[in-house]
Amino acid sequence: MKRILDVKNLNVSFHTFAGEVKAVRGVNIHLDKGESLAVVGESGSGKSVTSKAIMRLLPEKTSEIKEGQILFEGKDLARLSNREMEKIRGSEISMIFQDPMTSLNPTMTIGKQIMEGLRKHQNLSKQEAKERAINLLKLVNIPNPELRVNEYPHQFSGGMRQRVVIAIALACNPKVLIADEPTTALDVTIQAQILDLMRDLQEKTGTAIILITHDLGVVANLSQRVAVMYGGTIVETGTTDEVFYNPKHPYTWGLLASMPKLDAKDKELLAIPGTPPNLLKPPVGCPFAARCPHAMQVCTDHMPDATELSSTHQAACWLLDERAPKVEPPEAAVVGGAR
Amino acid sequence: MSVVEREKLLEVKNLKKHFKVGRNAVLKAVDNVSFDIYKGETLGLVGESGCGKSTTGRTIIRLYDATDGTVKYDGTDVHGKKSTSELKTFNRKMQMIFQDPYASLNPRMTIKDIIAEGIDIHGLAKSSKEREERVYELLETVGLNKSHASRYPHEFSGGQRQRIGIARALAVDPDFIIADEPISALDVSIQAQVVNLMMKLQKERGLTYLFIAHDLSMVKHISDRVGVMYLGNMVELAGSDELYEEPLHPYTQALLSAIPVPDPEIERNRERIAIKGELPSPIDPPSGCRFRTRCQFATDVCASTAPKWQEAREGHWVACHIYDKEVNMGNKQ
Repeated sequence: MKRILDVKNLNVSFHTFAGEVKAVRGVNIHLDKGESLAVVGESGSGKSVTSKAIMRLLPEKTSEIKEGQILFEGKDLARLSNREMEKIRGSEISMIFQDPMTSLNPTMTIGKQIMEGLRKHQNLSKQEAKERAINLLKLVNIPNPELRVNEYPHQFSGGMRQRVVIAIALACNPKVLIADEPTTALDVTIQAQILDLMRDLQEKTGTAIILITHDLGVVANLSQRVAVMYGGTIVETGTTDEVFYNPKHPYTWGLLASMPKLDAKDKELLAIPGTPPNLLKPPVGCPFAARCPHAMQVCTDHMPDATELSSTHQAACWLLDERAPKVEPPEAAVVGGAR
Repeated sequence: MSVVEREKLLEVKNLKKHFKVGRNAVLKAVDNVSFDIYKGETLGLVGESGCGKSTTGRTIIRLYDATDGTVKYDGTDVHGKKSTSELKTFNRKMQMIFQDPYASLNPRMTIKDIIAEGIDIHGLAKSSKEREERVYELLETVGLNKSHASRYPHEFSGGQRQRIGIARALAVDPDFIIADEPISALDVSIQAQVVNLMMKLQKERGLTYLFIAHDLSMVKHISDRVGVMYLGNMVELAGSDELYEEPLHPYTQALLSAIPVPDPEIERNRERIAIKGELPSPIDPPSGCRFRTRCQFATDVCASTAPKWQEAREGHWVACHIYDKEVNMGNKQ
């Protein structure tokens, strides 16, 4: 499979009054043509910052890509000028944001907002762009697209607005689509509709998707591969099956165990004690060491390297070192039982 | 707990809350909702945004005046006329935990003063020393410590703030707590902490909860019984295991099948019951059964008459014509 995006050793910092916040520290992710990768983690884990760095949407004055490369079809996006980046953003790589209420312009008609990108990137005439816009609305299952195209965002419900946002993102047939918590603001039944739509569209268009989310259910539904982020680093990555059925990092165990299962009888949820690390002073060792029930001295002193478990599965944990004691994942973290 | 020894703490009967919007329009946020809450249990209330679950909670605790219907707490009407002192004793028994831990704490007050506000109003501490001790004790109960007392809300994370919200609710020793989406603003691992804390407190203090949320799996975990709301109506109410294993109402069935499960194998092979269309406006809801516009089993009866709130099985209430004895829908499932 053809690799289209390769993020290598990405480091992003924010400059604040309190000092430098190292939000992303040495992240490596890659994306092949047509596949979907989920990046999961809690707030502050650096998942959104990573996606914004790829889109080059980080605030220029206060943030900085300190190190690393973002290779998109051989070009390093981290080094492109704003002018060059504008050609890629919205046309080759586009993004769906979390909140469909705020990501649309309330003073512009839906049609105009879809046409904006088409007119800019593809030099379509007004008439052609409008036809495309209507087709796109049809593609995302909006009824009466010919009429709806002239309406304003407030005339659409939350789920329909998110469909419009998806239509805008897909307008120029992007190669990569970054979806930052695309269903978090929506109700479950609407979420199911949007996830179905996204899966359907991916099959039709072959767009590669990076899905940023905190919901493991959504991940299981939509993605082929998963990267688990914590404290600005990737702690585990693998195919969806590997990460759900054979998780190796204690943080992944914790995430899986703290989700209540619909079929499980009342057990106490396995909460992860404590809170995420302060990235103003990121820990020298493993970022999860302070909350990890299996932490050893080495964990607080040295950052673990990623251990190769298979050609696709990697985890960064000292427990995987051959000298470490053998630890079994907690029962609550076992997904699906026998496999 | 067997049925016999269960004692009703709260009785909600035909509760209605209508809001005036514009000149002639009335938004029926809650329309004819009835249910009981028994002592020591947790009743979960689920539904999508706009279904009226929060309005129900807020009307029960008298943050809104009910348009019609009664709410009886321990036999006395919540919405009846009360003198200031009666209201005060009543307010001590019922407390609320809010959704947004960022907006529900006054940023200009120290944690100590936030927690002690109820203690001060009800005069529960005789000296400032006693007041302080109570605050420290409450902080410890919710897993924080003394040193946090003199800090301000901005110095805490979301999960810690929600703990402070819980400590504030506990300060006046209530029997009944309404938790309105207490965990939806928190991260998954922190959600589990707060839910575990709430369950522990319930065991220790014999609290009764009304737990309002849209996260169905979390509601199932914490609740003894669960009520499902749709567009201002209660459509189904049953023990939480029974509701999740054998949902009767088509809306509940669709809602449950929409939850993504964190298991790739299941997700790949799952058939979803899709709900078509969008939520109708609560200002002009459909006639008859409110769900009929999106229901795959809808027939003419559903448009003409509103379904009865009936006990389809023991302890399992549902409002749907499919379970009517008199009306034969021909498509019993």
